[in-house]
Amino acid sequence: MLWDIDIAKRLHHGATAFQLDVRFVSDSPRLVLFGPSGAGKTQTLKILAGIVRPDRGRIAIAGRTLFDGDNGVDLSPQDRRLAYVFQDYALFPHLTVRQNIAFAHHRGWRNPGRHHRDETVERWIGTLHLGAIADHHPHQISGGQRQRTALARALVINPTALLLDEPFAALDRPLRERLREELAELQLSLKIPMMLITHDEDDRRALGDEVICIQSGHLIADPSAALTAS
Amino acid sequence: MDSAWIALGLTLKVAGWATALNLLLGVGIGFAMARWRFPGRDAVDAVLTLPMVMPPTVLGYYLLVLIGTHGPIGAWLLNRFGIRMIFTWQAAVIAAAVVSFPLVFKSARAAFENVDPQLEEAARILGLREVAIFFRVSLPLAWRGILAGLLLSFARALGEFGATLMVAGSIPGKTQTLSIAVYEAVQAGQDDTANFLVLVTSLACVCVLLTAGRLVPGHVSPRR
Repeated sequence: MLWDIDIAKRLHHGATAFQLDVRFVSDSPRLVLFGPSGAGKTQTLKILAGIVRPDRGRIAIAGRTLFDGDNGVDLSPQDRRLAYVFQDYALFPHLTVRQNIAFAHHRGWRNPGRHHRDETVERWIGTLHLGAIADHHPHQISGGQRQRTALARALVINPTALLLDEPFAALDRPLRERLREELAELQLSLKIPMMLITHDEDDRRALGDEVICIQSGHLIADPSAALTAS
Repeated sequence: MDSAWIALGLTLKVAGWATALNLLLGVGIGFAMARWRFPGRDAVDAVLTLPMVMPPTVLGYYLLVLIGTHGPIGAWLLNRFGIRMIFTWQAAVIAAAVVSFPLVFKSARAAFENVDPQLEEAARILGLREVAIFFRVSLPLAWRGILAGLLLSFARALGEFGATLMVAGSIPGKTQTLSIAVYEAVQAGQDDTANFLVLVTSLACVCVLLTAGRLVPGHVSPRR
């Protein structure tokens, strides 16, 4: 099984409590977690990545057990070797595109220098067509370029899986379609299992070999029910 | 007028050390308070901000009670290391540091709170350890705000009078900083000395402000 997920967490939004209960197994290399805003998609992804701790459960991705409440396994986010693309990309504003991508390759207390060249990093810059803006800062480049930078930065660590949080939400329609295709091709060529969370029908259709629907913290069977949520 | 230059040198030394001390403590505690939620955090914040609003002589009195030879810390220092803190330039450093600490602490805390925690999360997922994240993500993005606080703190330490007088006294060459020297000169009717000291002090303050203007141009934002 590529994905073996069983997590539960009680979340608190101010005064209201919200129970997240996500349990599924899948062998699909292209998984889409689909549901309306507030359904718990981002929380689920954060739990998979290790930045939020579930109350109980088990997480195994691509054959590696990342979390097992019963057996005391809880890999830190640093050790999970997952590629994570945030909804607003979370690029480091004080570093150039190249430095952002090279970020994970430097383990010390100092950031990669602007003029430092690394073969792997250059290769990613080429693959994702970022050569022209490699020395720019995030605020100087377009939304599509930021998304590709975030992808390159995440993939440089040679991850075991790719997690994306609404990767096209901030982009306009024509750009979205183009980038969807690019992402699909990229995933195919890299052969990395990918999980994408979205509330967009088109994303689901284009990138979901298997679709898991979530609503109010729980998985539901009927996809169209997710759209008529309050 | 030699005494004026001596007083200036001493004041710069005291303010310099006090600011260096506050850099370490203020940034460290500011970061901890910004990132770590614990019950009573607001109360701790209030206590740490207290030196900013307390009358300096009152603060000086508290310090005297603590580090004086009969105080808990003072007695320990005397018995263990044979060190007598009172009336030394080191005591002046402590007085200046305590009085100006809130300026660095508050700026640092605000600066770190302005750093998007998602950036630190992203760095974690990319495999970086906490200390590396602090030096490579949090600090670079917060340093402008911290620097603004540091400069204010340095200026405050330069002018410290009340607390310093209490714990360090007014020993020319050892603990008589510029503001104390001015006071003494005026008390003794030495107008020429007082005028010169005031001039030197004013020039020093202008220099600090000019440096501040060059190092922190405009507002705290990610990039120009």
